[in-house]
Amino acid sequence: MEAARGYQVDVTDPFSTKIFIRRKSAGIMGWDTLDVIVCVKHVPLTSDTELIIGADGRKIEKTGLVFDINEWDDYAVEEAVRIKEKWGGTVTVITVGDEESDKTLRKCLARGADRAIRLTDPKFEGSDGYVIAKILYSVIKNLHYDLILTGFQAGDDGYSMVGQILAEMLGIPHATLVKKIELGAGTARVNRELEGGLEEVVEVRLPALFAVQTGINVPRYVSIMSIRKALQKEIKVMNLAELGLKEEEVGEPGSWLKIEKLYVPQLEKQVKFLKGGPDEVAAQIIEILKSRGLL
Amino acid sequence: MAGILVLAEHRLGQIRDITYEMLTKGREIAEKINTEQIAVILGRNIKEKAKTLCEYAEKVFVVEDEKLENFNSDAYQKVLMKLLREEKPILTMIGHTSYGVELAPRLAVALNIPLATDCIDFFFEGENLTVIRQMYGGKLNVKATLKKGNGYMVTVRQAAFTAKKPSQPINGEIIEKESPLTEEITSKRFIEYILPEAGGVDITAAEKIVGIGRGIKDQANLPMVEEFANLLGAALACTRPVVDKGWLPTERQVGSSGKIVKPKLYIALGISGAFQHIVGMKNSNLIIAVNKDPNAPIFRYSDYGIVDDLLKVVPALKKRIIESKGQKLA
Repeated sequence: MEAARGYQVDVTDPFSTKIFIRRKSAGIMGWDTLDVIVCVKHVPLTSDTELIIGADGRKIEKTGLVFDINEWDDYAVEEAVRIKEKWGGTVTVITVGDEESDKTLRKCLARGADRAIRLTDPKFEGSDGYVIAKILYSVIKNLHYDLILTGFQAGDDGYSMVGQILAEMLGIPHATLVKKIELGAGTARVNRELEGGLEEVVEVRLPALFAVQTGINVPRYVSIMSIRKALQKEIKVMNLAELGLKEEEVGEPGSWLKIEKLYVPQLEKQVKFLKGGPDEVAAQIIEILKSRGLL
Repeated sequence: MAGILVLAEHRLGQIRDITYEMLTKGREIAEKINTEQIAVILGRNIKEKAKTLCEYAEKVFVVEDEKLENFNSDAYQKVLMKLLREEKPILTMIGHTSYGVELAPRLAVALNIPLATDCIDFFFEGENLTVIRQMYGGKLNVKATLKKGNGYMVTVRQAAFTAKKPSQPINGEIIEKESPLTEEITSKRFIEYILPEAGGVDITAAEKIVGIGRGIKDQANLPMVEEFANLLGAALACTRPVVDKGWLPTERQVGSSGKIVKPKLYIALGISGAFQHIVGMKNSNLIIAVNKDPNAPIFRYSDYGIVDDLLKVVPALKKRIIESKGQKLA
C-alpha cells in the first residue's frame, strides 16, 4: 500500500484541508484509511416513458422526464460507503452535469458520501464517454484516492467506457463488471461477471478503478430526513477554466463520437397488439395458446 | 492504413461465437472497401484453434505466450498496442463482451484510435465510419460518426450479426508473432473461474417459460405469477433486476449473463426488453409480452403484445386457465 502512495505529494485538493484529515486507522493491516472516489451520473428514467426526439433529431426532449442517479452508480456509491464503514476513510462523489445533477449528488451524500464535486460548463454539451473521462481526469488527477468506483454503464447512452478510459489516463489498473470486492494489503480481489453465469476472480493492484455491476450489494434505503440533512453539505462546483481544460477538448469537438440522428428501431417481428380489458385479452391469449397446442 | 482487424475471443479452449459474428461482418466490409481481413488470436497453445479463422481472414496472427493463457486486459493491451502500430488496420473489431469491454476503451485511448462501443451495425461512407448503436435501454437507435484518428475501433454487440462461413474459404495464412511480453503482468492477475452453481431448476429444458421483469414491482406479487406459471405448466424465469433484488435465484435469470432459452412459448411479464435479456430469449417460438409501456423494446421482438399492467392481466389469465381446464374435465 505504501509504495502506491507516492503520488500523495503535491496534491491540490479543491476542498479545504479541514474536511480531509488523514489518519492512521487501527485496521487489521495497519492501513491508512481508504479514500474512495465514485463517479456518478444523473440520468433520465426512461423505462415507462415515451421518448420524444427533439427538433434537431439528435437529442430527446428532456422536459417531463424524471431524472435520478444512474442505477449502476447507485450500487457503486453503496459499495463505497460500505468500504468506508468497514475501513474508515472518505467517499467523494463526482459528476459531470448541470445544476439538476445536484439531486443525484445529494442522494449520494445522504447515503453516506462525505463530499461532492460537480463539473459543469455549457461547453460540455455533446460530450461522449471519452470526453467525460477527460473531464473527470482533470479533477481526479489532483485528488488523493485509493479506489475509484464507477457504474459499469449508464442507463441512457450505455457506453461502458468512461471508467476504463479514466483508469488509462490515471495510469492505474481497473476491472469492469465487478460483482464482489475484497480488499487486501495493497491489492483487491474482485469477481468479474463473464457470460452465461460464469465469473472470474482477478487480483488488482491498488490504487485501482472498478466499474461495478448491479447486484454487487443491496443499496440501502435513503430517508427523506437524511436527504434533508445532506442539503447542508457543500457541493463544490468547477467549470472548464477551473479544470484547466480547453474548449476544443470537450463537447462535440473533443469527442470521438458525433451523434447524427436518433430514431426508433425497426420491429424484429410484426407484433400484434391484443385489445380490450384484462379479461378480454386473457381470453384471446388462451385461444392463441390452445390453437398452438400450448394449453 | 488498410485491413479490417478482428480480435478473436476464446475462453477455456473454445473460440467464442462473437469471433465468427465479427469475422462475418468484417468479411463483408473488407470486400466492400477492397481490403484484407486480419484475425488476431492471443493465447497459449492456441495455434490449432487459429485454423478455423483462416476460413474468414487472409492473415491470422497468432501470439503464443504462457502469460496469455487466461484473458488479462493489461497483457492483451501490451501485445495489441505493438501489433496495431505495426499493422495499422483501418478498422479494429473487438467483442462488446466481458473481455472486450475490459480491453477496448483503454487500448483505444493508448493508441489514440476513436472508439464506438456496443455497435449493432457499422459501415464506411467514403473514409468515414458510421456506426449504429442503441440508447435508453434499446428504446432508440443512434446513428453516429466517428472522428478521424489512427483508424477506427468498434466493440460489437453479441448476436448483432449472424455468423456465416464465406462460400469460398479464404484459406488465410497463419503468421506467428513473437510475444512482446517480457515480464509478468503484476497490475492485474487472473486467479480462477467460478462456475455457476448447479441449480435445482434447468430453465433451458422448459418448453414453456413465464419470464418476469421489473414490472412485478414487489416480492409480494411473486406467488401470483408462480401460480400462473404452474397452471400453464411453465418454468418461471426472470430478468437481471429481479435477481439483483434477491427475489429469484441466479439460475432463473435469462440473458447474456444468465441462460439462453429457446422454449416453444415465452410469456414476458413486465419486462422492458433490455438487450441483455432479449439476447437470451428472442429465439423462442412464440413470444407474448405484457407491459404497461407501449414503447417498451420487448414488443419489437414479440408476436403478441398486451399494453397493460401484468398485475391485472395475470389474475385474468389464471381465471381463464382454471375455467378452461374445468371444461376439459367436464
